[in-house]
Amino acid sequence: MNSRQAITTEFKLKAGDFGAAGEASSQIKRILQQIGVKAEIARRIAISAYEAEMNVIIHSMGGIMRIEILPDRTDIFVEDDGPGIADVNLAMQEGYSTAPDHIRDMGFGAGMGLPNMARCSDEFEISSEVGVGTKIHMVIRYK
Amino acid sequence: MKLVEVQTVLRSEVLCGWENLDREIVTACGADLMSDVLVYTKERTLLLTGLTNIQVVRTAEVGDLMGIIFVRGKRPGPEVIEMARVKGIPLMLTELSMFDACGILHLKGIRGCSERVTRCEL
Ligand SMILES: Nc1ncnc2c1ncn2[C@@H]1O[C@H](COP(=O)(O)OP(=O)(O)OP(=O)(O)O)[C@@H](O)[C@H]1O
Ligand SMILES: [Mg+2]
Repeated sequence: MNSRQAITTEFKLKAGDFGAAGEASSQIKRILQQIGVKAEIARRIAISAYEAEMNVIIHSMGGIMRIEILPDRTDIFVEDDGPGIADVNLAMQEGYSTAPDHIRDMGFGAGMGLPNMARCSDEFEISSEVGVGTKIHMVIRYK
Repeated sequence: MKLVEVQTVLRSEVLCGWENLDREIVTACGADLMSDVLVYTKERTLLLTGLTNIQVVRTAEVGDLMGIIFVRGKRPGPEVIEMARVKGIPLMLTELSMFDACGILHLKGIRGCSERVTRCEL
């Protein structure tokens, strides 16, 4: 990879689209493998993207995920169209989830997604406004 | 322990991924909530689950899991099997319950993933 090159991909995430859920993260993982990013790093990026992608599909009205694969790091930007999170600190706590039973039956709602993203990324920023939406930016470095 | 031995001790049917049954597993995780799997698993992990939807395969892909055992005879749909086949993820089906399947693997020396994956371990 040329030191100035970046691979940028953007995905539209549709609320409730469980058929496609995870497809974006899976594509990213394949690209990372192709360009030779180490397996553990690719795994951390894929997990971060997957948890973020699932949250948009499950909890929001839809949004986008943009991934920038750079020579030394990958940036993940996720933005949705609401409803936003009233108490971000609470949402960040392990085990906190508002997922209803039908979502839990599909295997989501452990309340571990946001903590997982924070753990897997080197930088994690979240901002949310009720009635507007939630934005997440994560950076994972290859070191 | 190789997946092919897991297949024998759990008397399981292989649904796809024959080509990868020589994979070695070290730990296993029994879970129906996928984010839990992604917190606790390290590499070389086998997932045992009662869920049969497509997200189980996605989780295995994203988390680099070695394979998936569906317990209590729960059979995934053809689209789930097809996706796993394409991705080379072995899927197996056992009539055993989650408890029994995990117990048998534990007796054979497979350990759980109760240790949390911290940043530096990843
Ligand atoms: N994009 C979002 N829009 C609105 N609410 C969100 C969003 N992401 C997370 N939340 C809220 O934060 C809570 C915690 O999110 P987190 O990802 O940690 O857990 P979860 O999605 O409920 O379960 P898991 O990720 O373990 O399957 C959610 O239950 C939801 O209430
Ligand atoms: Mg989540």
